[in-house]
Order: sequence, then structure tokens, then C-alpha cells
Amino acid sequence: MGKPGNLRRPSEWAFVLPSAVLLSLLALPLLALIGRAALDGMLGYATAPAAVAALRLSLTTSLVSLLITILTGTPLAFVLARRQFTGKAAVELLIDLPVVLPPSVAGIALLIAFGRQGMFGSALAAIGITLPFTTAAVVLAQTFVSAPFFVRAARIGFAAVDIQLQEAAYVEGSSEWQLFRRVMFPLAQRAILSGAVLAWTRALGEFGATILFAGNMPGVTQTMPLAIYLGLERGLGVALALSFILVVVSVSLLLVMRSLERPEH
Amino acid sequence: MLRVFAAASLADAFAEIGEDFSAAHPGTLVLFNFGGSQNLRTQIEQGAQADLFASADQAEMQSLVEGGFIASDSIQIFARNTLTVLLPVGNPAGLRSVEDLARPGVKLVAAAEEVPAGRYARQALRNCEGLYGDGFFDRVIANIVSNEDNVRQVVAKVELGEADAGIVYQSDAAGVPGLPTLSIPESANVMAEYPIAPLVHASDASLAMDFIDFVVSQEGHNILTKWGFSQVGP
Repeated sequence: MGKPGNLRRPSEWAFVLPSAVLLSLLALPLLALIGRAALDGMLGYATAPAAVAALRLSLTTSLVSLLITILTGTPLAFVLARRQFTGKAAVELLIDLPVVLPPSVAGIALLIAFGRQGMFGSALAAIGITLPFTTAAVVLAQTFVSAPFFVRAARIGFAAVDIQLQEAAYVEGSSEWQLFRRVMFPLAQRAILSGAVLAWTRALGEFGATILFAGNMPGVTQTMPLAIYLGLERGLGVALALSFILVVVSVSLLLVMRSLERPEH
Repeated sequence: MLRVFAAASLADAFAEIGEDFSAAHPGTLVLFNFGGSQNLRTQIEQGAQADLFASADQAEMQSLVEGGFIASDSIQIFARNTLTVLLPVGNPAGLRSVEDLARPGVKLVAAAEEVPAGRYARQALRNCEGLYGDGFFDRVIANIVSNEDNVRQVVAKVELGEADAGIVYQSDAAGVPGLPTLSIPESANVMAEYPIAPLVHASDASLAMDFIDFVVSQEGHNILTKWGFSQVGP
């Protein structure tokens, strides 16, 4: 192949043209969205009460679900990276499943399990907890679909730590906790952070599981993706402004992730 | 091929009408797109290829007339529907009348305000203020835990037992005969009128008209009545 921008041989077009088709498919809708939102003064709608409520709800629920994910997912990733045990393959499959499962399936499954008439719903009701139509249900739905992204990334991070370093720490008499604190966590930090960012973006974008399990109520369960979907019928303004914000937030988070994935120096 | 865009509440009745229509027109494929009427209207406005539109209210039909998608003189009213309150098996909240919907703590599900069924429901609740006193409407609205995207989602949430009650069409309740209902007082209830019309750009206008003729025929009416719709008056 020649230098970029110097495509003389016809065979090179065989690579460039299909790439251009796919790239325009990805870029044009987003450019149109950003252009329309900015040029038509739609961004003013971002301060509409419905938009503000959705934005606030999305931020709080996704951050709470991220916190749950990190607190429970980090130990799990650590164990998966360090230990061999029976049923490990099944656990790994379970973690991969939500990544490929349509979120609507997740929503139905959550309803059947934790709904009021669900398999565990009456047990929850006995201790005074009903989940459907609550903000907690939004957090649960987001955690279900986003946590696996974090566990996968953190696990790879832990597994990449040099085995000799781990053994050296053992020889020095470190406990498992000390090994985690002093060796594994610092060395896997970047992978963990980038997994957290990925999980957060996924939680912010959650739609299918939320609308099925948590329903749609402004200020309680209507997150940004729900407000965009349902707002479209009321008027383009709020939907466009919220879409614009989600695109900007996603781009920023991806840039953060990129800088984390880059080598240290 | 005939592409019929129809209100979610018509799903059962139109599926049966579609079968009979296909049987009478061998080789004709009838494809249905059921959804909230407001959703279907948006899809058509955004260029979705449809031959027929059957809406749960006049407003959505009217905006398509204004957009030039439908000719106003081609619209026919083919069915009527009223509202009812659907309850889950066993009526866990112990609701005895529509008045109980205002009781604090009742989990009520309704269609969103953008959806015809949601607009009708709010109108009926407002009408109920005359019977149950000022503030009834606001107290019931405060009990709504979810505004669903179409009326069938409301039915699903009640069927699953997640909600204590849902405001749906009479025809939806006819589709789930195992579930109890509370009737809305006649003086407060709302009569939904369903218009149907071919799209100006229908790919086969005469086939679209055949389908409409079948819907408004005696046979079509029988099917609609069976699924809980009211007859269109003389």
C-alpha cells in the first residue's frame, strides 16, 4: 500500500471505499444530530424541567450502579484472575451473558425474579421491599447490564500482573489482602478504571431493561434514554437536547478511556 | 402485500380480521405494525412505508391529514371503545370502585399522556371529579407509578401483578377474561372513536380499500364486537 492520501493503485480503493461507506454510516447520523441540535437552538430545551429531571436521575442512578459494580465486581474479578475452582467456567459464562443478551430479555428476567409476583418478589415484600417502578429498580437494571463490562476489564487487568511479582509477594509473607492492596490493585489500576468508565457509559445508555422493569415515571424512573424515546412523540426539542448531551458525555468518557489504555509513558 | 399500521388496542381484533381477509384474498400478505397511535403517526411522518392507518383517536389521524399523508374525505370511523379499570388476579389492593383509585398507596399504571389511551384515561378521571369531588383527579394521578408507551404495556403490567390497577380499553379487558375489572361510571366514561384511512401513497390503493371495506362489513364488525369494541352507531 502507498502512503495515506496517496491512493493511486486501484486495488487500494477496494479497501478505502467500503471503509468510507461504513464510516459515513457511523458518522453522518451523529453529525446530523449534533448539527440539528446546535443549529436549531434545540439545546435550550436541555433546561426544560423534563430534561433536567431525566439528566439528574440518569447521573445519580448510573453512579450508584457504578459504585455497586466496583465494590462487588473488583473482588469477583480478583478471584477469577487468581483462582481455579470448579464451576469457574459457568461463572465466566454468567458474566459474559448480559453483554450479549438483549436488554429487553434482562428486563423481563428481572421482572420475573424481583417483580411483586416474581419468584423472589414475595420474599422481598415480606421485608418491605417492592422494586418495580422504583428508582432502585433502575439501578438494578443498570447494574445487571453494565457490571459484566467492568468485571471483564478488571479481570484482564489482574491477570496481566506478572506472576513472578505475585509469587515474590507471597514469599515475603503477604496475605491475600496485602497482595491485593500493594501489588495487584496498583498494577491493574488502569484496567480497572477503564472498565469502570465503560460500565458507566453502558449504565447511562440503559433503556430496554429499565423500561420493562422500572417503568416510566418522570423524576423516578424516567432516565435520559427513556425521556428521549418517549419525548420524541411530544416534540423533537427535549429528545434532541438530551441526545446531544448523551453524545457529548459518551465522547468524553471514551476519550478518558483511551487515555487510560495508552501505555504509561 | 398490505402494510397495516394499527393502534395497539386493535392487535387481537385486527389479527383475526387479517386472517379472514387473507383467506378471502389468497396470496395477499397482510403485515401489521401495532403500536401506540402516536408512535405509528411519528413513524409514518418519518417516512415509514404504510398502506393503511387505523388510529385510536382522531388527533393522530388529523396530524397525518395536515401532513398530507391522508386525504380527509377518506377517513371512516369503524369502531368505538370505552375505558375500564383492569385489576390483577385476586385484586391484591382490595379495590371496590373507581373511587378507591385515589386511596394513597395504590399502584396505578396508565398509558402516557402522549398515547390516546392515556389521554382518554385522564379525561375520564377528570370527569369523575363530578362524582367523587374536587381533588380526585390529582390524587389518582399521584398514584400513577408508570406511564406506559402503549396500552398493551399497561395490560402486561397488570397481568404480571406488578400494578394494583391499570386503566385500559374495554377491548383490552375482553382479551384477558381471567382478570377482574372495575367499571367506570357511564356518566364519566369516555368513548374512543377509531378512524381508519388509506395512506395517500399506498402501494396498492384498491387493496387498501378492500381491507377497509372488510373492516366495516358485518363480518368485520362481528370480529370487533367479539374483541370488546362497541358497534359504530347507525
